[in-house]
Amino acid sequence: MSAATETVSGGSARTARIVIYALLLVLAAVYLLPLYVMLTTSLKPLDEIRAGDMLALPRQPSLASWYKAWGEACIGVTCEGIKGYFWNSIKMVVPAVAISTILGALNGYVLTKWRFPGHKLVFGLMLFACFIPFQAVLIPMARVLGIFGLANSTAGLIFVHVVYGLGFTTLFFRNYYEAFPDELVKAAMIDGAGFFKIFWRILLPNSGPIIVVTVIYQFTNIWNDFLFGVSFSSGGASPMTVALNNLVSSSTGVKEYNVDMAAAVFAALPTLLVYIVAGRYFVRGLMAGAVKG
Amino acid sequence: MSFLQVKNLYKKIGSNDVLKDINIELEKGGFLVLVGPSGCGKSTLLNAIAGLMPLTSGEISIDGQVINDLHPSKRDIAMVFQSYALYPNMTVEENIGFALEMRGVEKAARAAAIRNVAKTLQIEHLLDRRPSQLSGGQRQRVAMGRALVRQPRVFLFDEPLSNLDAKLRVEMRAEIKRLHHKTHATIIYVTHDQIEAMTLATKIVVLKEGVIQQVGTPAEIYNRPANLFVADFMGSPAMNMFKGSVVTTNGVREIEILDNNTRVAMPSSVADQDLPDGKEIILGLRPEGITDEGLVDPTVVSMAKIEADVTLVEPTGSDTFVIAKLDGTNFVGRVRADVSIAPDQRFTFVFNLDKAVLFDPSSGLRLV
Ligand SMILES: Nc1ncnc2c1ncn2[C@@H]1O[C@H](COP(=O)(O)OP(=O)(O)OP(=O)(O)O)[C@@H](O)[C@H]1O
Ligand SMILES: [Mg+2]
Repeated sequence: MSAATETVSGGSARTARIVIYALLLVLAAVYLLPLYVMLTTSLKPLDEIRAGDMLALPRQPSLASWYKAWGEACIGVTCEGIKGYFWNSIKMVVPAVAISTILGALNGYVLTKWRFPGHKLVFGLMLFACFIPFQAVLIPMARVLGIFGLANSTAGLIFVHVVYGLGFTTLFFRNYYEAFPDELVKAAMIDGAGFFKIFWRILLPNSGPIIVVTVIYQFTNIWNDFLFGVSFSSGGASPMTVALNNLVSSSTGVKEYNVDMAAAVFAALPTLLVYIVAGRYFVRGLMAGAVKG
Repeated sequence: MSFLQVKNLYKKIGSNDVLKDINIELEKGGFLVLVGPSGCGKSTLLNAIAGLMPLTSGEISIDGQVINDLHPSKRDIAMVFQSYALYPNMTVEENIGFALEMRGVEKAARAAAIRNVAKTLQIEHLLDRRPSQLSGGQRQRVAMGRALVRQPRVFLFDEPLSNLDAKLRVEMRAEIKRLHHKTHATIIYVTHDQIEAMTLATKIVVLKEGVIQQVGTPAEIYNRPANLFVADFMGSPAMNMFKGSVVTTNGVREIEILDNNTRVAMPSSVADQDLPDGKEIILGLRPEGITDEGLVDPTVVSMAKIEADVTLVEPTGSDTFVIAKLDGTNFVGRVRADVSIAPDQRFTFVFNLDKAVLFDPSSGLRLV
């Protein structure tokens, strides 16, 4: 009898598992479908696209539209492809991520290991910054950029992203350093290391997971940002996302879906790459922060 | 003039008086052990001496120089933390050399110093490893190495052995003692293990709720505890406490204990001749002062034979602790391992009154 119940319960467990996996597969397929369409469309010539079957595999795959999107497509009045804008984005993202991460780490360090009266209030205000919607800061920010003479420049965009990202990066690092043993800092102090030496030699080398989390988070957000890009830059200074929008909405002659899709692939590539390279640290880092703090 | 001096030190954290009027003196080469229950302020005092937290008031000086306002790194002290606090991103060698590096000692001299210390602590083969690749005992050694390499004026140890298993703890305890003997370092050592305190210290400070209860040599603390707290805290099993009172019969003063059914002589530790009749007292006697007849100290001056009912027998191998009961009072005695003794048996114990002490029940202080 006990054997019978065992097979029954074993069978139902297997059924449940099959249902779960089937559901997961379906959801994954739904989620990946746009990516699939984007990739296949970018590889198809125009007449194949006009045939109408969006899900069909390309019969004569070619990278022609990729080349065109990169170097020849017309955006606004210039026809030099998206490569210039791609580099604009890189020039914006790399410094913005680096600066906001370093500053976030320093903030987290001070807020946990060099507490001062009112540190809770300061942290609270920084947290508050995480909840301010983009739209609310557009006009004041435009004014500030104007005063600093940074309007319509990559430096201006870097500034905006650093300021906006600081709340998040500080939050990440503060929670991570909260769980970081105070005794290590005390030991280093007795050993004769100063404020920056302790940060540089003790804290930072042990911050791998949280640095990865912060970099991924900031990189994706800043790279994918459209609103700040479209508000604070124009023409040749625009980042990739704005250029992509302009490319797609430029209405000169035939609509080249394959070129649009290829440009979109370029726009998505860096974030994809970052996730593939560092994704597993992302999960691990989030967990590390979750244990305490 | 003592080498290390703490004068009238107070420390308030928030509204909480963590340390109250701490006065400590330690001579050069001394080994001072701070003991006390959890939360009594031991780590706080150590941190204050290290300069890791500001004092509320008071003065700390080393070698005649007041160090209150000196940065921790300028005090020429080294500290070994309970968690060891080894830098996880550095190898053992880098860990030990870090303080020297921060002080600008050049590479060759640094390497030589590291090798020297590693040899003393027998960790030469571990120099390239990271802390995560070490066992608890090895980490402990590295933490000591990090302190030793600087040859500081004062060492501070905050419960350095509490994370080790029993056997390793005994080994490392012996090693620390050996090291102290060899280097004549001046050490302040925090523990709440009273055996560590007894074996290592040249001087013990017993702390309770931020107030010093007694300062003395291990023998003084053990044999002549200043009050009931110290008597109870030091020694395991704890000192037996008997409620009783003073009686005088035919001009001889005696102590009546155990529900006034038993009379014993006034212990020799009490010199005061003016204790009035009927004065309530507490008589304290350690388990080794209550033995079987065969174990009686031949030099004993004053003793009493008392019969009691055995309730529990705990052989430790070397000797046997016996818990017995008489007139509603439980006490622990220590008898030879080869005495045959079993629960529910009536047994004759010998109370060695030369080792007994009296306390005032209301103030808790020892009567002298
Ligand atoms: N940052 C703080 N804020 C408030 N109270 C504190 C703080 N740090 C310590 N205390 C209090 O000070 C007292 C002494 O703490 P301390 O760490 O010195 O105890 P300890 O004797 O080292 O105990 P243990 O044996 O458990 O290590 C405790 O009552 C503790 O609650
Ligand atoms: Mg402590």
